[in-house]
Amino acid sequence: MEIIIPVIVLGVMGLVFGALLGVAAKAFRVEKDERIEQVQELLAGANCGGCGYAGCSAFAEAVVAGKANPSACPSTKKENIHQIAEIMGVSVEDGEKMVAKVLCSGTCDKTSVKYQYDGITDCVAVYRFGGGEKTCLYGCTGYGSCVRACLFDAIHVIDGVAHVDRDKCTGCGACVSTCPKRIIELVPAKQRTFVVCRSKEKGVVIKDICQAGCIGCKICEKNCPKDAIHVVDNIAKIDYDKCVNCGICASKCPRHVIEFKKRGEE
Amino acid sequence: MSLLVELVLLSLSTILVNNFVLVKFLGICPFLGVSKKVETAVGMSLAVTFVMTVASACTYLVQVFLLDALGIGYMQTVAFILVIAVLVQFVEMVIQKFSPSLYNALGIYLPLITTNCAVLGVALLNVQEQYDFIHSVVFGFSGGISFMLAIVLFAGVRERLETSDIPKPLQGFPIALITAGLIAMAFLGFQGLKF
Repeated sequence: MEIIIPVIVLGVMGLVFGALLGVAAKAFRVEKDERIEQVQELLAGANCGGCGYAGCSAFAEAVVAGKANPSACPSTKKENIHQIAEIMGVSVEDGEKMVAKVLCSGTCDKTSVKYQYDGITDCVAVYRFGGGEKTCLYGCTGYGSCVRACLFDAIHVIDGVAHVDRDKCTGCGACVSTCPKRIIELVPAKQRTFVVCRSKEKGVVIKDICQAGCIGCKICEKNCPKDAIHVVDNIAKIDYDKCVNCGICASKCPRHVIEFKKRGEE
Repeated sequence: MSLLVELVLLSLSTILVNNFVLVKFLGICPFLGVSKKVETAVGMSLAVTFVMTVASACTYLVQVFLLDALGIGYMQTVAFILVIAVLVQFVEMVIQKFSPSLYNALGIYLPLITTNCAVLGVALLNVQEQYDFIHSVVFGFSGGISFMLAIVLFAGVRERLETSDIPKPLQGFPIALITAGLIAMAFLGFQGLKF
């Protein structure tokens, strides 16, 4: 007999509370567009911020509200973007796929250091001490702030210089804005020729501090059949719209600063 | 002693001497889980304070008018869990409807509190200490504040730990646990306080 009272009381409590919550759910329901959830499920879900919104859910809301185009997300697969466009009834153009590229090849054996750095392993921190420990002011510090910024495990520091894994890179640009030296750039994924140096130092200076630096000799400029590479401020720069990836500049470069990979090698 | 003085002393002793997290070791899960940034720590502790205050009031009423009246006080744990879970759900719905900005600030933390032992702890302690209604509410509120004090202090320390040079085996949770222990030991200093 003793057990019956608590059973009844708790049972009734449960029932009353359940009913209360049921009524409350109806009474306090907030109208939410169900498309927001659908869109969010199709997004990459990395919250990388490449779209410029606070995260995937904020971006989904903006898409449903018509404030953003689904193609603004660099990380989501193309099929999913098209599905989102279908849900929303908008058209999307396929933007050119971009990937990040680190424009420095000054590995530990090719460059020298000004001093021994022994502090926080963070590029911004080391950059504050005279522009970094490497002698070259423009080179990769190798302390991996970009590695920690990458949500896709697509960038790694190898031998003192960051390298992008192009298969994993989604082109969100998180590393580009993290790098204190601004040597990471978003490039078209089909591009296979790069000047892997950003130094604006004169050739004489470069020869002393880095074996892998561009000296601005203009040999590439003279040999380019498409007028796609130019030396400005002592550094060669490729115009990716004009470049046809023929690889002539790479073979002529006396400093081997131009990286060229044949199709399928990248 | 007048009621007001008594209540002030109660809340002071709850916040400092009998701190919920650092002395009673209640609510350790959110204390470690949501303390990486001061900002989220503040959000979480505001939600906890809110729920603890409301839960103390509700569970007091349930205890006195339902359980005690029917002579089944021993069912308090089960009944309180039920009450708190429903309460959190209900409050979440109400906030979502009437104050979207408050919902955005507290909303994501509210479901986490449903099973927070600090909230259940405050309800059970109220009964154990035989507090009346006002004392229960003040005890719940200051319990929440004590949680806030602990977690915000801890988050501040953890933010600074992020940039310090920690030996590899201690990185991450080990150093967090050591820090928590040290802060708890610091709070031992309040043990001698006598009002």
